[in-house]
Amino acid sequence: MWARQLAVLTLLLGCASGCAPGFAVSVASEANRRATKTRITGAGASFPEPIYAKWAGAYARDHDVHVNYQPIGSGGGISQIKARTVDFGASDAPLTAEELEAADLIQFPMVVGGVVPVVRLDGVEPGSLRLTPEILVQILMGEIRRWDAPEVARLNPDVDLPARDVTVVYRSDPSGTTWILTHYLAAVSEQWRTQVGAGKAVQWPVGIAGKGNQGVATYVTRVDGAIGYVEQAFVELADLTHVRLQNQAGEFVAPTRETVAAAAANADWASAAGFHLKLVNQPGAQSWPIAGATFILLNRQQDDLTTARAVLEFFAWCYEQGGSLALELGYLPMPQNVVELVAADWKREVQFDGRPIAQ
Amino acid sequence: MAPGTVPKSFGDRLFFVVTACAAALVLALLVVLVLRLTQYAWPAISRFGLRFLVDGRWDIGAEQFGAASSIYGTLITTLIAMLIAAPLGVASAMFLVEMAPSWLSGSVGVALELLAAVPSIIYGMWGLFIFAPFMANYVQPTLAGWLGFLPLFQGPKMGLGVLTAGIILALMILPFITAVSRDVFRLVPPVMKESAYGVGATTWEVTRDVSLRYGVAGIAGALFLGLGRALGETMAVTFVIGNNHALSASLFDAGNTIASTLANEFAEADSDLHRAALVELGLVLFGMTLVFQLLAQLWLRRVRKSMGSRR
Repeated sequence: MWARQLAVLTLLLGCASGCAPGFAVSVASEANRRATKTRITGAGASFPEPIYAKWAGAYARDHDVHVNYQPIGSGGGISQIKARTVDFGASDAPLTAEELEAADLIQFPMVVGGVVPVVRLDGVEPGSLRLTPEILVQILMGEIRRWDAPEVARLNPDVDLPARDVTVVYRSDPSGTTWILTHYLAAVSEQWRTQVGAGKAVQWPVGIAGKGNQGVATYVTRVDGAIGYVEQAFVELADLTHVRLQNQAGEFVAPTRETVAAAAANADWASAAGFHLKLVNQPGAQSWPIAGATFILLNRQQDDLTTARAVLEFFAWCYEQGGSLALELGYLPMPQNVVELVAADWKREVQFDGRPIAQ
Repeated sequence: MAPGTVPKSFGDRLFFVVTACAAALVLALLVVLVLRLTQYAWPAISRFGLRFLVDGRWDIGAEQFGAASSIYGTLITTLIAMLIAAPLGVASAMFLVEMAPSWLSGSVGVALELLAAVPSIIYGMWGLFIFAPFMANYVQPTLAGWLGFLPLFQGPKMGLGVLTAGIILALMILPFITAVSRDVFRLVPPVMKESAYGVGATTWEVTRDVSLRYGVAGIAGALFLGLGRALGETMAVTFVIGNNHALSASLFDAGNTIASTLANEFAEADSDLHRAALVELGLVLFGMTLVFQLLAQLWLRRVRKSMGSRR
């Protein structure tokens, strides 16, 4: 009980320090204060903030570049890059090819992560509760209202299900996490697709809402009988109880680095315009069914050559050297073939004064 | 110098101008604030019109915005908070001033000031971590058992929701109401109370007919200080109210207030209409505060007349 409370507190504190933008960066940059520095600013999604901050800190150690990332949310990131107040934007939900065209932006994926349904059921161990897509949809639709309902019990003969009301917990803020989950639900359920739909925020039929991954994690740990969803990295961070979910191949899988990697391995990035791709309900016996990438947005026409070069060099470094840091924090780095696609995209699309700037 | 006349000497004139400018600045700020808010909210105002105030749907995806659930949530949590905190606060202030021994009223006074200084996020965290489970396991089952025939006390017993938010708000505004009421009761001239006791009045009669009557404006001020804080309180409410946009008759259900919706959605609002609707919510809260102020002034005028207070 206390361990769980402590974990949640750590999470809240983690947010408090994480929300001070560029903390890790400023420490690292202290060392090369005397050198002339290029400053890069970015803003957007809060989910990848830990890895961007870590990359920025590591990068500043042997480069004269100060990267400042502000986790103001995906929506904020998109409007800031459109207004050209930042050098790069970040979003958990990809823009469509048309939206990119209209705003003259390019987009590329940085890391992949899973979205995980988590529960608080006293006496139920992490990974022991099994759910099918149909049962998950019925729970989230408010059609299954109790944990000891026969549908759930039939699926989990070995689990001692408590006689508790279901409390659905969702994100109160429009978010990429919700975007990925609802696209999954819409992919597996015609009922969800027509009655609720998919997007960064939807009209949830039942439930309560928390702000951010932390908010949802906190509510799920506090309310007995709660079911919510968080980014994979938060499951361990907050000591949450994840479920096993039946994937497209009919197997019940747990969310791990391997199962998320299996889902990402089947993705066809090459034919996705603007890298607009969902990794939901992917084929493969090992695939975790709810995954997605988090994206960086750049202006196609750059107006400062030095900064633009620095931005591209930073992200190239992240792809080449940042993989192990990403894995440490629970994110999955992009596979080599995607990195090559992105590099080709940069060469073609990112321009200064009408000429491509990447070599 | 009588108010309203422009002074003759240069120094006084300068003083007049400086203070007048300071006062005008407040007024100008208010006007600019309302104008700018209206300007930012205009897309939503022109799109939804007055329907915004009565429509209960808040659908970000479909860009359908109605403030009814937020307005209802704001009013009902404030009402619960005032129902609990107003009588408790005034009663404990009476006790502290009229009856408590001085060592007790001194130490309680210090405790009150400490409580009033606790940041609201602490109330929110305490509410979520400690008070919400207590509500779920003890208070809500008891209420549902006794009063469950009312729709108010039906619904999920999860410990979070409108009722919990109202009680947390009550705890937050209680120190304010108590502290200010205590100072008001202290201002009653002792000679008035002593003469009442002298003609044989009981403590209750003195409190009712002298202290309360003498301090009615001050007490009203204390209550409105609490009301204002309850109306606009953000973090503590956001922690425990559940942030749901559905209108529900049950006090156990999750709801939202104007302030909690703003806290939740403003940073992530990426469509212009969504942002405009949020700004319009802010305007509505502004308007609500204004209406409450006006009602308070009117009520106070009537009370003063009927109680014959000359203050």
